Amino acid sequence: MDSYDTRGSTPRHSASSRLKDYFIGATPLQKRLESVRKQTSFIPTPPRRKIPQCSRLQEDNDPQKVAFLLHKQWTLYSLTPLYKFSYTNLKEYSRLLSAFIAAEKQKGLAVEVGEDFNIKVTFSTLLGMKGTQRDSEAFLVQILSKSQLPSENREHKVLWTGWFCCIFGDSLLETVSEDFTCVPLFLANGAETNTAIVGTWFQKTFDCYFSPLAINAFNLSWMAAMWTACKMDQYMAATEFLWSVPCSPQSLDISYAIHPEDAKALWDSVHKTPGEVTQEEVDLFMDCLYSHFHRHFKIHLSATRLVRVSTSVASAHTDGKIKCLWNCPDGMEFKKDLEEKRRW
Amino acid sequence: MSVLRPLDKQPGLNTATILLVGTEDALLQQLADSMLKEDCASELKVHLARSLPLPSNMNRPRIDLIMFVVNLHSKYSLRNVEESLRHVDATFFLGKVGFLATGAGRESHCSVHRSTVVRLARTYRSPLLFCDPEVDGFRVPVAQRLVRMLQICAGHVPGVSALNLLSLLRSSENPTLEDL
Repeated sequence: MDSYDTRGSTPRHSASSRLKDYFIGATPLQKRLESVRKQTSFIPTPPRRKIPQCSRLQEDNDPQKVAFLLHKQWTLYSLTPLYKFSYTNLKEYSRLLSAFIAAEKQKGLAVEVGEDFNIKVTFSTLLGMKGTQRDSEAFLVQILSKSQLPSENREHKVLWTGWFCCIFGDSLLETVSEDFTCVPLFLANGAETNTAIVGTWFQKTFDCYFSPLAINAFNLSWMAAMWTACKMDQYMAATEFLWSVPCSPQSLDISYAIHPEDAKALWDSVHKTPGEVTQEEVDLFMDCLYSHFHRHFKIHLSATRLVRVSTSVASAHTDGKIKCLWNCPDGMEFKKDLEEKRRW
Repeated sequence: MSVLRPLDKQPGLNTATILLVGTEDALLQQLADSMLKEDCASELKVHLARSLPLPSNMNRPRIDLIMFVVNLHSKYSLRNVEESLRHVDATFFLGKVGFLATGAGRESHCSVHRSTVVRLARTYRSPLLFCDPEVDGFRVPVAQRLVRMLQICAGHVPGVSALNLLSLLRSSENPTLEDL
């Protein structure tokens, strides 16, 4: 007999009742299998993406807290669901993690001369960094150094920051049981050694796994198009692209900078449907840039690999590094949406 | 502009010719070398071309199978294949055309989404193979498959024709996709 039979749904019925069973009281495993089957039988990429409603972000968030997320380079990792993670135990986790970090540093694994071993770790939740109600709350981990000097000005210096979030993770949430918290996106800023230590602690404590998230050229071109589509009052920086040409002995890099208003004008001429971005529009936008470049330099940029995209809103590198320059709600939300959709 | 037709020439005795069309020369060369290494009762001829149409001044044998090679790392190769498809006669698509997508293994380098080539192959009702020719382990089986397909398309396998093979390959796919 089927050992996953928790609510009386057996997979031995005929096809029609089996389909019904999947919708009523299916076990998490069956749900997962069904979602995987759904994904492989249809053409996976959505040819159009909705620009999401960003009201959630604007309501709940604390502008100060979110402001510190800007102008920093974040390295992206994808994370499997955390087992038995609780938002009420954050103080406990800070204590445990501080102890772990102190122990690791004394082991001599991360040796730096003159380093301050008085480290404080804080866990805090970030309200408003989620796409839908069902998404798990985002939370932030910071490693601060405690000041040695007994002065009044006890400003803690932030050594390392990392935050976990889940945005539009609906497809993940339906396949995961209640013991698990889904925060599939992890962003880290600070020394690599600290990222590794925090990662090890999380992996040991919550039985999860981190893997670096790379952004491929296909997704970078989507990001370029969507960030150019953002309406901005004033532009801080030019829109820049970087391509890597694979050739021996060392690869060649081609950098292409456009005035941001020209890029916006180009996007507006390509964009037809309001509130939605389609694959054709993104392709057309990029093809215009490629053909313009080809006309002048006779180089086919489409044969090279897009490595970096930088706009006034944000910039992204294929190695999984992003930087948000402007708190455009559209910008941050669909950036994560892209990453999550791509991963799964 | 000359259009490739499947039956416009006499077949050579015990000869089977495949045409590989793609922008990546090194890739095509590797694939060609692997195919020629295979043990085969027929005499194999491999032609390589960057794009179609082929120059008309050459004297070439009848082409039995055309494989369009798309590199998922390069949008240019996809555009090139789409352009070249116009120079192939419709009767070729009755089992004598196939698509080969390379580079799917390195997801981080892909600029073309896998579903784009899948849609292309569906539109032209032709089989799609995935291959990473740099890896020996992948290249040899794909070369063996191509040689087998080529023998069938050239009519060297008794009882199986190119159209038979095509319907056999297509019926193994998910039936809901037939409508596309």
